[in-house]
Amino acid sequence: MATATFQVWRGDEAGGSLREYKAEVGEGMVVLDVIHQIQATQAPDMAVRWNCKAGKCGSCSAEINGRPRLMCMTRLSTLDLTQPVTVEPMQAFPKVKDLVTDVSWNFRVKRQIKPFRPRTPDAPDGTWRIDQKDVERVQEFRKCIECFLCQDVCHVLREHHKHDQFIGPRFLVYAAALEMHPLDTENRVEELRKAHGVGFCNITKCCTAVCPEEIKITDNAIIPLKERVVDEYYDPIKMFFRFLGGRK
Amino acid sequence: MSDYQSFECDVLVIGAGGAGLRAAIEASAGGVRVICLSKSLLGKAHTVMAEGGVAAAMANVDERDSWKVHFADTMRGGQYVNNPRMAELHARESPARVLELEKWGALFDRTKDGRILQRNFGGHAYPRLAHVGDRTGLEMIRTLQDHGVHQGIDFHMETTVVTLLKDGERVCGALAYDRDRGYFKLYRANAVVLATGGIGRSFQVTSNSWEGTGDGHALAYHAGADLLDMEFVQFHPTGMVWPPSVRGILVTEGVRGEGGVLRNNQGRRFMFDDIPELYRNQTADNEEEGWRYTQGDKSARRPPELLTRDHVARCINREVKAGRGSPHGGVYLDIAWIKQKLPNAAEHIRKKLPSMYHQFKHLADLDITKEPMEVGPTTHYMMGGVRVDADTQMSSVPGLFAAGEVAAGLHGANRLGGNSLSDLIVFGKRAGEYAARFAREHGAAKLDAAKVDAAAKAALAPFERGPAHNPFTLQHELQEMMQRLVGIVRQQEEMEQAIEELQHMKRRVQQVGCAGHRQYNPAWHTCLDLEHMLTVSEAIARAAAERKESRGAHFREDYPEKSKEWGRYNLVVRKAADGSMAVERVPVIEPSAELKQVIEENR
Ligand SMILES: Cc1cc2nc3c(=O)[nH]c(=O)nc-3n(C[C@H](O)[C@H](O)[C@H](O)COP(=O)(O)OP(=O)(O)OC[C@H]3O[C@@H](n4cnc5c(N)ncnc54)[C@H](O)[C@@H]3O)c2cc1C
Ligand code: SF4
Ligand code: SF4
Ligand code: FES
Repeated sequence: MATATFQVWRGDEAGGSLREYKAEVGEGMVVLDVIHQIQATQAPDMAVRWNCKAGKCGSCSAEINGRPRLMCMTRLSTLDLTQPVTVEPMQAFPKVKDLVTDVSWNFRVKRQIKPFRPRTPDAPDGTWRIDQKDVERVQEFRKCIECFLCQDVCHVLREHHKHDQFIGPRFLVYAAALEMHPLDTENRVEELRKAHGVGFCNITKCCTAVCPEEIKITDNAIIPLKERVVDEYYDPIKMFFRFLGGRK
Repeated sequence: MSDYQSFECDVLVIGAGGAGLRAAIEASAGGVRVICLSKSLLGKAHTVMAEGGVAAAMANVDERDSWKVHFADTMRGGQYVNNPRMAELHARESPARVLELEKWGALFDRTKDGRILQRNFGGHAYPRLAHVGDRTGLEMIRTLQDHGVHQGIDFHMETTVVTLLKDGERVCGALAYDRDRGYFKLYRANAVVLATGGIGRSFQVTSNSWEGTGDGHALAYHAGADLLDMEFVQFHPTGMVWPPSVRGILVTEGVRGEGGVLRNNQGRRFMFDDIPELYRNQTADNEEEGWRYTQGDKSARRPPELLTRDHVARCINREVKAGRGSPHGGVYLDIAWIKQKLPNAAEHIRKKLPSMYHQFKHLADLDITKEPMEVGPTTHYMMGGVRVDADTQMSSVPGLFAAGEVAAGLHGANRLGGNSLSDLIVFGKRAGEYAARFAREHGAAKLDAAKVDAAAKAALAPFERGPAHNPFTLQHELQEMMQRLVGIVRQQEEMEQAIEELQHMKRRVQQVGCAGHRQYNPAWHTCLDLEHMLTVSEAIARAAAERKESRGAHFREDYPEKSKEWGRYNLVVRKAADGSMAVERVPVIEPSAELKQVIEENR
């Protein structure tokens, strides 16, 4: 087996640095395997989150050679192993320890988004009739595994720290999933504009580029939401109705 | 000594997978204060990984389906050692529970007339699994999680329970630690629901995540509760086998439901070679009929690839052992072949099985629309667990409830695919409802401070012992040993050897330790997890050594036949007065006359 060099960030909220480890690498391995190997043999207290090892749970987010990725889905064969590979925690969130960050802000943000409110059932037995096409349209958004890599990469959060004014791409996708849900009757446009800060997004598409679920976050979720906000807010007829207290 | 952060609630739910979330929602809807704990972040529990679907006899696709057929299928799959009342409640209630998910925002794939679509799965007579592509678990956990947070449930994430606390006979709370920060959290509760999931990590090849260390099984055992059916561990027939780092990761049964076939290295559909008597009437006898079945032809019978998991897993094992396996020790699972039947096969496969497509493409450089996969058995699901009352889900310890994979009874000797997700919502709801009722009726229980201190001290012992003995090494040895000696094919001597090795390991676990501080320290976590894993492994080995027959998932080379006599018993594992582990036979629960008739009608 060949060996390769990995530089893993070790530390906590007080600070830390990259530490170098040699690891045995074999066919088919992913970065998470290397981290586990180092943990089992050299650094038993090295903190890392993971669950499914198959890109389904969104636990193992980190920055590999500076790029936000899932460790379990990053094959070593896609990396240049002649150079040390760096593995660092996500930068947009407070550090806890090593590769683990405090992502609790995301859970608080989600709570602020108005929940699903279905229309009355279509059939007397309390069920709905939905077209498969309408299911598929929102499936793209519902695939989200909440890895928060898009939050990590978005400059509004990462560099400008607007965590209390902008919910970030993940939750714009979430809002889009609710807004476009075939049964939903809630209206979230006002919040999107104000509290959720959709206006902060300037469509750089960095979020789309890192999404492991290949959700077209910007084109399919954020831009339509922005349009909705514009339609509702700057459409004179709608403005008039809002003035009268009407909704949606 | 240690200081604690203290919390009080009426109902403490341990676990935030499907079962825990559903229990928490129900308890909180019942107007009591609920705290729900999980080792991982919210939404990451095992349930998120479920792929194929949730079983509910809604009869949307085949009007012949009903709760009766679902009940009979579940009993047949479980080889009639299931708790028939649980199987009945499950079959009757799961359609309503699935529709409730839709009311809370879940979106399932649809039939042409806009109702919930259902797919075929092994052991189910009719298409019965509501699903959304192959990511049904994600849809379910996200729906429950999002519904739950708006219901005022208090979620404490990344919090691991180390022991249950009792007030006399009754359970009164739990001691836990915060994984991120390392401090202790003390919970006082009037009722506790265990929803901790499975035990797969005790084996080397498994579809389970690090969380599947059987904590709930062990916590309940040490609290004095009965465990039931511990010999029945499900080995799913199709896990990935290559590359090594993904060995064990699940390949959903949905692949076979959509027409995927199993072949050995001679290209033979070996599943046609061995069709068990119990299923002969329902199984296709030629390839053409099997294909028609997967395409919804109601006059066709199911292909043998969709026989129950225990059987398919053993057939694969046999092919591999006989030298007819694939290069990396599995067999071939081929869905690409359907291009001979369907014009747009590649697109169809990507749409029906998107995450399988993704998984193989990214992890194995393999395009499943073009090439066959290599698959082999993987430790997947625990049928055994806490023995509960069918209606209330209360264990033999007052105030201690269990639901989901940690509870036993519904599945008997073998679980049918799709019957777990439905189990979670049916019995999660019941556990939540009755735990809330128990809490209201019984009021506050008292914590014993001395016991709490002792438990905290024990949990910190790995730091005092230091890092000389590495917990990961012992963990790997345990997994290797269980796989080798108590795995898919069992025999007396090997299991006795396993029991003996477990006694050594129980001593060694008292030596493993860790360095550093308590903040997010995996070595410390693993030291504590190991104790649960050993308890559970011993219960499995002892029960398996005791049951001298082959039934469902429990297959013995030395007793390869099913025995009528053993069909009368379930095995209970409990802690004896002297602290040793006792195994006891209890009679299986007889179905009521009405249920017996349902079974007969569906033979
Ligand atoms: C890959 C895969 C695919 C599957 N596909 C299907 C399918 O298609 N259909 C189907 O019906 N079933 C399927 N299953 C099985 C099913 O997913 C599981 O049986 C089910 O999700 C278990 O749910 P649960 O709520 O009981 O536990 P889990 O979802 O495992 O959740 C357990 C919870 O308990 C917590 N916990 C555990 N120990 C502690 C502790 N000590 N302290 C605090 N919290 C603790 C965990 O953190 C977690 O939140 C699949 C399983 C896998 C692995
Ligand atoms: S497109 Fe918008 S949300 Fe996405 S990274 Fe850029 S600014 Fe952030
Ligand atoms: S949208 Fe994509 S990148 Fe963002 S959290 Fe979801 S899966 Fe991750
Ligand atoms: S471990 Fe689940 S996404 Fe990587």
